[in-house]
Amino acid sequence: MIGITSYGGYIPLHRLSRGEFLRAWGGFGMPGERAVANHDEDSVTMAIESAIDCMKGIDPEKVDGLFFATTTSPYKERLCASIMATALNMRRDIRTMDVTGTLRAGTTAIATALDLIKAGSAKNILVAAGETRLGAPGGDFEQIVGDGGAALLLGDKGVIASIEGSYSISDDFSGQWRADGDEFIRSWEDRMVYDEGYSRVLPEAISGLMKKYNLAPGDFAKVVYDAPLDVRRHARVAGQLKFDGAKVQDPMFMTVGITGAALTMMMLVAALEEAKPGDKILFASYGNGADAFYLQVTPEIKKAKERRGIKKHLESKRILDNYEKYLRWRHLVTIEAARRPEQEPTSIAALFRDRKIILGLWGVKCKACGTPQYTQGGSIGSTTPIRVCVNCQAKDQFEDYCFRDKKATIFSFTHDNLAASVDPPSTVIVVDFDGGGRGVFDMTDRDPDEVKVGMPVEMTFRKLYHDPARGIHNYFWKTRPIRC
Amino acid sequence: MVGIKSYGAYIPYYRLERSEIAKAWGGFAMNPGEKAVANHDEDSITMAVEAAFDCLKGMDGKGMDGLFFASTTSPYREKQCSSLIATVMEMGKEIRTADFADCLRAGTTAIRGAIDAIRAGPAKSIVVVAADCRLGYPYSQTEQSLGDGAAALLLGDSNVIATIEDCCSISDEITDVWRTDEDTFVREWEDRWVIMHGYSKNVGEAVAAIMQRNGLEAKDFAKAVVYGPDPRSHGGLMRRLGFEPAQVQDTLFTGVGNTGTSSALIMLVATLEEAKGGDRILLASYGDGADAFILTVTEEIEKVRERRGVKGYLASKAPLPSYGKYLVARRLVQLPPGAAIIGRGSATVMWRTRDWVLGCHASKCRRCGLVTYPIQRVCYGCQSKDDYDEISLSQKKGKVFTFSLDNLAAAGINPPIVQTVVDFEEGARLYCMMTDCDPQQVKVDMPVEMTFRRLHEFGDFHNYFWKCRPIREG
Amino acid sequence: MESIKDKVAIVGMGCSKFGELWDKGSDDIIIEAAYEAYEDAGIGPEEIQAAWVGTINGMGGVTLSEPLKLNRIPVTRVENFCATGHEALRNACFGVACGMYDIVLALGVEKLKDAGVGGLPVGRGFHPVMESRRTGPGTFAFIATRYFHTYGLTPEEGKRTIGKISVKSHHNGNLCPKAHLHREVTLEQVVNAPLIAWPLGLFDCCGVTDGAACAILVRAEDARKFREDPIYIKGIGLSTNQILPHFEPNFDWIGFPMNREAARQAYEQAGIKNPRKEISLAEVHDCFSITELINYEDLGFSPQGRAKEDIDAGSFTLEGELPIQPDGGLKSFGHPIGASGLRMTYECYKQLQGKAQLPERQLKNVKLGLSHTLGGPPQVACVLIVGNSLG
Repeated sequence: MIGITSYGGYIPLHRLSRGEFLRAWGGFGMPGERAVANHDEDSVTMAIESAIDCMKGIDPEKVDGLFFATTTSPYKERLCASIMATALNMRRDIRTMDVTGTLRAGTTAIATALDLIKAGSAKNILVAAGETRLGAPGGDFEQIVGDGGAALLLGDKGVIASIEGSYSISDDFSGQWRADGDEFIRSWEDRMVYDEGYSRVLPEAISGLMKKYNLAPGDFAKVVYDAPLDVRRHARVAGQLKFDGAKVQDPMFMTVGITGAALTMMMLVAALEEAKPGDKILFASYGNGADAFYLQVTPEIKKAKERRGIKKHLESKRILDNYEKYLRWRHLVTIEAARRPEQEPTSIAALFRDRKIILGLWGVKCKACGTPQYTQGGSIGSTTPIRVCVNCQAKDQFEDYCFRDKKATIFSFTHDNLAASVDPPSTVIVVDFDGGGRGVFDMTDRDPDEVKVGMPVEMTFRKLYHDPARGIHNYFWKTRPIRC
Repeated sequence: MVGIKSYGAYIPYYRLERSEIAKAWGGFAMNPGEKAVANHDEDSITMAVEAAFDCLKGMDGKGMDGLFFASTTSPYREKQCSSLIATVMEMGKEIRTADFADCLRAGTTAIRGAIDAIRAGPAKSIVVVAADCRLGYPYSQTEQSLGDGAAALLLGDSNVIATIEDCCSISDEITDVWRTDEDTFVREWEDRWVIMHGYSKNVGEAVAAIMQRNGLEAKDFAKAVVYGPDPRSHGGLMRRLGFEPAQVQDTLFTGVGNTGTSSALIMLVATLEEAKGGDRILLASYGDGADAFILTVTEEIEKVRERRGVKGYLASKAPLPSYGKYLVARRLVQLPPGAAIIGRGSATVMWRTRDWVLGCHASKCRRCGLVTYPIQRVCYGCQSKDDYDEISLSQKKGKVFTFSLDNLAAAGINPPIVQTVVDFEEGARLYCMMTDCDPQQVKVDMPVEMTFRRLHEFGDFHNYFWKCRPIREG
Repeated sequence: MESIKDKVAIVGMGCSKFGELWDKGSDDIIIEAAYEAYEDAGIGPEEIQAAWVGTINGMGGVTLSEPLKLNRIPVTRVENFCATGHEALRNACFGVACGMYDIVLALGVEKLKDAGVGGLPVGRGFHPVMESRRTGPGTFAFIATRYFHTYGLTPEEGKRTIGKISVKSHHNGNLCPKAHLHREVTLEQVVNAPLIAWPLGLFDCCGVTDGAACAILVRAEDARKFREDPIYIKGIGLSTNQILPHFEPNFDWIGFPMNREAARQAYEQAGIKNPRKEISLAEVHDCFSITELINYEDLGFSPQGRAKEDIDAGSFTLEGELPIQPDGGLKSFGHPIGASGLRMTYECYKQLQGKAQLPERQLKNVKLGLSHTLGGPPQVACVLIVGNSLG
């Protein structure tokens, strides 16, 4: 039996009320709110968050591949899946790939993962999607889209939902697109976009699947398919195909927004959170064609409930003060540079040398006295491994020790208004890790007024900054209040 | 038994001497030879189409179960290129399509994905096509080393010309050669480190692992097809791995340049062109890790010789007369505003007419037999309505009926524009531009073939259409 | 079908100065042409009962009613590619011929020189992948290539042949005060000029110009109330083809079926059996020199494939057997699209009245004048025949 063996989800902490867009621009207000990635989040960091959620309690060494699906990759030439695999402490001899170009990249990656497992090339594949699409300021799309991520672990043992069948169609029609130089979503006249795109192609794939496997609309406990930027079209598809509206999974327009290549996977995670053994689930995604799957939930589902998933991430939120902050976070306005010395260009050789320390948050533990220690020599570029124990001075007596999954408490902190920050003040904290070890980290997703000594925190993978001199995105771990 | 059933390649017609770049900048050419340069109307989609047609020569696209596209220079961030290519190849709708990106290894990643899809069933035939046209910073050594090209492989489980015996992958996190989402040009860290810790280390590790677990040594291979960023690093690694010069497949660096994602596939096509039944081949590629494969050539290989492949396309070429022409071809200079063509685009129209725009379909009247392009609902000949069959002209050859050399149309891009009216043996007449040609050599009755090109960006998307070109003999 | 012959008369005409009128908008040149026509007919604007305006860039009837303040009379805008000017006149003819109106106005206008680019706009209404990079010269160069190939002319011979047409038209235009280009050219200059779209060089192409022309029409029986020398409509032919003959497999590219059909209709209405002998002067559509050549053959002035003999013999010069483009044609006047058909008619009108502006360009013994427009890439042709006496 091949199928989903675990799931994870991620929704950024911050939500922006759609009323804020109305306030900023006038025109039509839309109801609800949308999730907004923090200034230090992108498709890679959100995919990692959901992957960590999905991998909870699972040994990363057992994963044979990691596929990343997005249309908002931070790189054109550099594999994001390998950045993620390193951050997640996966093995080197695994299959990694970035699947891009279409809003159904998530299900395309799932289809490929299933092939690998069926073919016997792999036992466990993690598929993670993250998306931060942008609508141009002042337009409808910036209100409609949202940011988020989801991850599914696929395998042939301990399956919580078996994948019983699949059906794909390829259709070149594209009424919405971004060319290689485009920052914002472009669209052709909306009625045609949906009439000839989403509303034609998605039902065709779903009908094709049901015909192929002799299924009827009433067979499904849950029907999960993504929504286009015109959300009304989502419900209409249910009507077209005679699905009971109550069984159709909510595309989270009112709470999150339309999250592109991550959306169907996020919706599936939400469906699995509520699923019971024996449930049949239909799962489909649209984008230059469509993929449709037919899933059956197994009794193993009960074992996978300890996830933050979608439900808990949805509940855990903070309302973003205003639209201007959104503009600043997404770098859509030019802000006067901080009057601080220029950042030293990154040494990429050092970054590579220390990739386990930086991306995997690996430190060491002294074999002599048992003290865990995370080395911090200042900026990332000059980080060097510890060789002498800070506690007992034993030399070269260390074993590797990973801090990324450890919780910690605040030992001391500052809100620095001098330091350059996209979201001032820059909150820097000194933490003591549970199980030992001390470190100094930036704190994100925090309300400065709530930060206190003794406050529990956890680690989160973030984009530290974009280094314009080197043209790279520097990722590192930060701390945040325990999310949920 | 899963393996390769057919192969095809594409190398653009134009080549730029490395010394021409050196001359432009007053520097020197670190390596001799020339690089292949995609014309101004080519990109990774159009080159992929060329390679895929070469690969599927004599076959019907409708028999395929999927098409995987690999590139780090996709013309779209949000629109699947593979579904566009599959539409051009007339593969039908019920197929698997995927775009693999962000990594120079994406070509072999797609091959592995296709192998697994076939092993998993029910897919039987999947086309993997890789294309890249990466840009080096003007004045950089990278600019001299990079070339443009594409390759396609048809993978399947019957009548294979080369079986895939084993594959092995390594994933590595290294920022050695990269582009962020906003970068036009390839960035590179210090070259020695790139080679030592990136290329040589990863490829060496993957190759050693696959040889070890199959109990094979370097001498057991007829050919080693290993990606190489430059001749020196490639030569060094191959020596270290114990291969004799005769076993080593040339990287085509001297004639084409480093073609990124498509490089290892192009090299494999070149190897297969010369391979004999029984040959054991090592294939390895690099990019944020490495992939390695062991292949064994079968006797079936003799049946797929009729390809232009690398050999044909390598021989068919013309020099770009200057570095300036390279800048224009790769859109690296801003042309005067008057030189730009002004027009409109319409997603609606392009979609509605996709059969003749992408598929190059003509209509053949069932009543009088007249063939017309584009599809006409009412026949020119007998005025019968909606009574026709569609035939595709995309792979048909034609002859120039009349032409003009237009200096007024988009004068700044690459004057003169050769406008042609082409007659096909099937009877159709097509009005299109001619590309990849010397305007002075264009003549009435000159034989031409069709080529899929990027026409313009009206409507803020890429409008692709067919042009003709002199037949590329090779 | 009834003929239009002798049912309608032109009793007044006007024509603006043609040129690159940087300091004038279309309103200015409309007024210039219309008020000359009013004066010529001896009427005021209040007497006009209906009007037709031909332009490719206008916006409905207001294109005309706004500048001329036409008292809320019916005004219709017409458009039919390069035959647009003729179309305004043709529809105005029907307006009086049927008896509904007594005095009508037809005006053609185009303001091309506000575009900021050279050449004419092309590709309107086409498919995005078809229209791109198509130009007028590029399209007509196809015909030259094919004509030279079919009749065994080397490119050099071909260019010299069509070059003589340009030399002739430049000469005629130099004598015509309202023309845009006033310049004699030599054959060597023409054949050695910069290439625009091979094989066509700069002097093979007409100018790009602003201009307007206007006619006032009444029923033939009323014409003498307005003037002693009205000009009568003898025949109008119009033929429309598919939008892109480029794709029509049987099209031979050495002449246009629409030309032949439009001419057939007009000759039949006018009762003309031998156009070469019966027509006194012709203004044909010479957007490019090769176009004029194929028009000679299509309109029956030269036998098919033998226009070169007439060109070499000088048959169509001012002094020749059948003067063609006595005012210099599009070559000298340029081609403000909506204006051209009426501008040609203006030349026929003045010549037939014996009122050509300078004695050295006034033709002798003229009875019938022909004007002809050919539009699109090409899709439409119109032939109009006018005469200075009834019957």
